Amino acid sequence: MANYLIKRILMLIPLLLGITLITFTVIHLAPGEPVEMQTAMSPKVSAQSRARLREFYGLDKPLHVQYGKWLGNLSRLDFGRSFAPDNRPVLDKIKERIPITISLNVIALILEFGLALPIGILAAVHRDTLLDRAISVFVFVGFAVPTFWLALLCMYFFGVKLSWLPISGIHSLGSEQLPFFGRVLDLGKHLVLPIAIATFGSLAGLSRYMRSTMIEVLSQDYITTARAKGVKERVVIYRHALKNALLPVITLLGFSLPALIGGSVIFETIFSIPGMGQLFYQGVMARDYPLVMGILVIGACLTLIGNLLADLSYALADPRIRHGKG
Amino acid sequence: MIPLRRLLLLVLLTLTACSQGAPADRAGSRGPGANGSSFVTGSIGEPSTLIPTLATDTSSSDIAGLVYNGLVRYDKNLKLEGDLAESWEVSPDGLQITFHLRRGVKWHDGKDFTSRDVLYTYRVTVDPKTPTAYAEDFKQVQSAQAPDAYTFKVRYAKPFAPALASWGMNILPAHLLEGRDITKSPLARSPIGTGPYIFKEWIPGQRLILEANPNYWEGKPRLSRYVYRIIPDSSTMYMELKAGGVDMMGLSPVQYQRQTNTKEFLARFNKYRYPASAYTYLGYNLRLPMFQDARVRRAITCAINKEEIIQGVLLGMGQIAHGPYKPGTWAYKAKVENDPGYDPARAQALLREAGYVMGADGILTKDGKPLSFTILTNQGNDQRLKAAQIIQMRLKRVGIDVKIRVVEWASFLTNFIDKGKFEAVLLGWTISQDPDLFDVWHSSKTGPKELNFINYKNPELDRLIVEGRGTFDMEKRRDCYYRIQEILAKDQPYTFLYVPDALPVVSSRIKGIEPAPAGIMHNFIKWYVE
Repeated sequence: MANYLIKRILMLIPLLLGITLITFTVIHLAPGEPVEMQTAMSPKVSAQSRARLREFYGLDKPLHVQYGKWLGNLSRLDFGRSFAPDNRPVLDKIKERIPITISLNVIALILEFGLALPIGILAAVHRDTLLDRAISVFVFVGFAVPTFWLALLCMYFFGVKLSWLPISGIHSLGSEQLPFFGRVLDLGKHLVLPIAIATFGSLAGLSRYMRSTMIEVLSQDYITTARAKGVKERVVIYRHALKNALLPVITLLGFSLPALIGGSVIFETIFSIPGMGQLFYQGVMARDYPLVMGILVIGACLTLIGNLLADLSYALADPRIRHGKG
Repeated sequence: MIPLRRLLLLVLLTLTACSQGAPADRAGSRGPGANGSSFVTGSIGEPSTLIPTLATDTSSSDIAGLVYNGLVRYDKNLKLEGDLAESWEVSPDGLQITFHLRRGVKWHDGKDFTSRDVLYTYRVTVDPKTPTAYAEDFKQVQSAQAPDAYTFKVRYAKPFAPALASWGMNILPAHLLEGRDITKSPLARSPIGTGPYIFKEWIPGQRLILEANPNYWEGKPRLSRYVYRIIPDSSTMYMELKAGGVDMMGLSPVQYQRQTNTKEFLARFNKYRYPASAYTYLGYNLRLPMFQDARVRRAITCAINKEEIIQGVLLGMGQIAHGPYKPGTWAYKAKVENDPGYDPARAQALLREAGYVMGADGILTKDGKPLSFTILTNQGNDQRLKAAQIIQMRLKRVGIDVKIRVVEWASFLTNFIDKGKFEAVLLGWTISQDPDLFDVWHSSKTGPKELNFINYKNPELDRLIVEGRGTFDMEKRRDCYYRIQEILAKDQPYTFLYVPDALPVVSSRIKGIEPAPAGIMHNFIKWYVE
């Protein structure tokens, strides 16, 4: 097991290098440069100022030199400075946006699993009944309705018409003066709509997945045996079947790890949430290479770690895998 | 099955939303910030840096404009007036400008503002190590001196009229920046200026807060707090406006014309409308033989109904453009000779004259080649796309085949404009306050990445442009620009389409707003809440 673990971890290094090399190349292949995006079509900018800006960002050097320099910095955990006019360290920009993104995603993830799993089980147990169909309709509606449209409707209804909930942002103006409890309440109110809509939209995938694995498990021989023994249906479902049906879900949970720092651009834009999705989008549109690379590296690390964790926990949960590979 | 279910839900949700149309009590819906004498405005973008020399985006200049001052500024009638300079003189030969600085002006940290700050700002702007986009105007300066604390002199190699306006650039505090690396200065995130508002706080991605400067030389601004909220989506911003979360925003033509005419809305908000400093145009690549014939360009302009475009694209919220200037400004000539109006019959006559004959498929041809071209425009601008479609329909009627291609901005610039690989473009320019046209129209500006990318070369126009920027005499300058507008109307290197209207809306609790040619923000420090 220890050998396996070390091997897996060592494998991560070339993998990560490969990922950075490919992404670095691809983003430089896209037409346009940071300088271009800042100065294009501006009558005030001469060729010299443009050259001066390119030199300032180091864009006048060949691509492999730029990559080498970037990689050298990265090995010292320095993500470099943003190519936006503010020229701030990339890490600062990421740090100020990561807490809200992670909190939102964690809450949404807990809600998603908390709702989707029972819904899926319910649908599987009452397979092909009216309840099953009603659930299908409900989750697919969430999946199919465009987020921005639903968000705007909800904002209009709960924010403008009823004035129950704030419309956008994550704090009210002047919330700094509120006592701690008031601030938390204020934040909570701001998060109700985004989290509710995000969760509604993501129920379909997981609940359908849960439903199908559950149906599969329920048709196994040992379930028939359990039922034949006269075990109560509740025990059959929740003790015998559920344990096995949950196994593949662990993998899904592992895959969700990188998604924790990612955010949806449309979603964050609509609700004015200063999260990672917006930051990344702006970075790409402005060709802010260090910022884009920084976010991608963090995302790549989390994906790799997530996969590793999923494999490991799977091995822990399933003796067949543990003993088979050792 | 799914689409049907989805449709049903759409109907249900829409009904729910509509049935709640009863007027609710508005008092409860005000956001906690939108009261007192705070003023909340919304912006799609977030400022990048608050050192204006380094910034290129409008959000940054929105904030910098309240925190800093320049030596001069444009008044409400778009005439230059003194700001940090109390007065100035131009030497009779037009080569030297002497600014007499205002005394008693203090930086927000209490230090005195002096000519040293002006000299520093000039030096850092032309310093090759500073990554700024604004060095160009100041490279014309031959020497700059500060003979005493309240006098600043600049000398130019030749008379340069746009020079005066260039000193409207924001003056930076020398005592906090001199001898330090400006790109790493903390002022980028917490600026210190001389302006009417003092920077207080910046919550990244959410808002910036400014507070009224009690020692401002024009008097303390009446609105005590200025909150700049970052709301990246304009539909969301409109919801915030209606819920009382922002006091001001710019409306789209649809919002202005169709969604904000209820009695209830008009009681809570005041809408304003004035021409924006921008125009939209159809530009022809003059490297192509097809467009080298001025008759063809004039024919296209005759075939296009500009009024119809304004109705269709802007719902009437704009006016016809004849040339590169904003209607009502001093350089703008209202009646231009030779300006081709909408006249499809004349368009057809011109094309016949140019040697085109109607083919069997309804497309004009000359020497076997059909008169056909592609209009290129950038992605993300719906108005431009719609304008292109209306033009396509009109040109089809006179026998010109038009295709439309929409391309992402970065690719638009690098793959098409920079390489001169386009036939016609539908784009817009902002109209600068100074009427100098050198960068966009002079024949020396046709190189790669330069702005005369349509390759328009007219020696007479070149001469007039140089003459216009080489004198401070307003009468002489105006004559030059009038003549330029006549030449452009005759040549039609662009078909100038329209000047859109700016459509700001402000909460009616804010008083003291005076619309003027410069817009509404010119007297912002006098706005107040009753």
